[in-house]
Amino acid sequence: MTPRDIACNELVELLTEYLEGTLPPDEVAAIDEHLRGCDGCQAYLDQLRATIGLLGSAPVATLSEQAYEELLAAFGRDAGPDTYTQS
Amino acid sequence: MLVEDPDLVARLRAGDQVAFAAVVRGWSPAMLRVARAHVRTDATAEEIVQEAWMGVLRALPGFEGRAMLRTWVFRILVNTARRRGRLDARTHVELEGPTVDPDRFRGEDDPYPGHWRDDAAPTAWEPESALLAAEFRAVLGRALAQLPERQRAVVELRDVHGLEPSEVCELLELTLGNQRVLLHRGRARLREALAEAMP
Repeated sequence: MTPRDIACNELVELLTEYLEGTLPPDEVAAIDEHLRGCDGCQAYLDQLRATIGLLGSAPVATLSEQAYEELLAAFGRDAGPDTYTQS
Repeated sequence: MLVEDPDLVARLRAGDQVAFAAVVRGWSPAMLRVARAHVRTDATAEEIVQEAWMGVLRALPGFEGRAMLRTWVFRILVNTARRRGRLDARTHVELEGPTVDPDRFRGEDDPYPGHWRDDAAPTAWEPESALLAAEFRAVLGRALAQLPERQRAVVELRDVHGLEPSEVCELLELTLGNQRVLLHRGRARLREALAEAMP
């Protein structure tokens, strides 16, 4: 059975599910078939993948150094070889 | 730092500061994002994460190891966050509207309705080296900070911190479907921001 025709504006909205692997096989086939013949959509998918890849090392908020120091100090205060071991 | 060292709990119980520092540094960014989804300011989110870690220290002697340590720590975090704020409870996730400008596609009367217009079709980005440039990281950082809070939380927890879909759903009280929609919309905006910054 030939995969259904899918338009670009519909395809771009299915790409997250496509990448998650949650689309049924016939939808995957329709998308794959379309990508074979559409540079625009292939470029869009590549850009999406590149975006996700870049996110892997995106800067994110961290605890302030002061907060870290306070937590380490609390751990150091309370910790000893036996503090966290149930007797 | 999501793969858990099997000796981690033992090391923490033995007072291993290096191990504790590693989990605090490793897990706090994701914890901050979850906390921030419950409250209005970064400062409050930081307070919540600090309070959660103090709670972890208090409860560590009683931790029986039935759950993974990380799961347990995040549960303490969520309970702490819920005492201070609440999640956006809208079950309706921004479902309306396409994520790509409809003007970029051919109209219904066109022989190829819904296909990219020739002058608006995406073209391949520069090779990877360009994307690694500091400028694009800055663009991405800014775009991430401008996402609506729930989109930002899902994208960060999934794509930056590598949490599983089910974990994200549990932490943010989302259905898998809503989580996927938020991820989709967030990623689409980020791609657009990067595309606009391309030379």
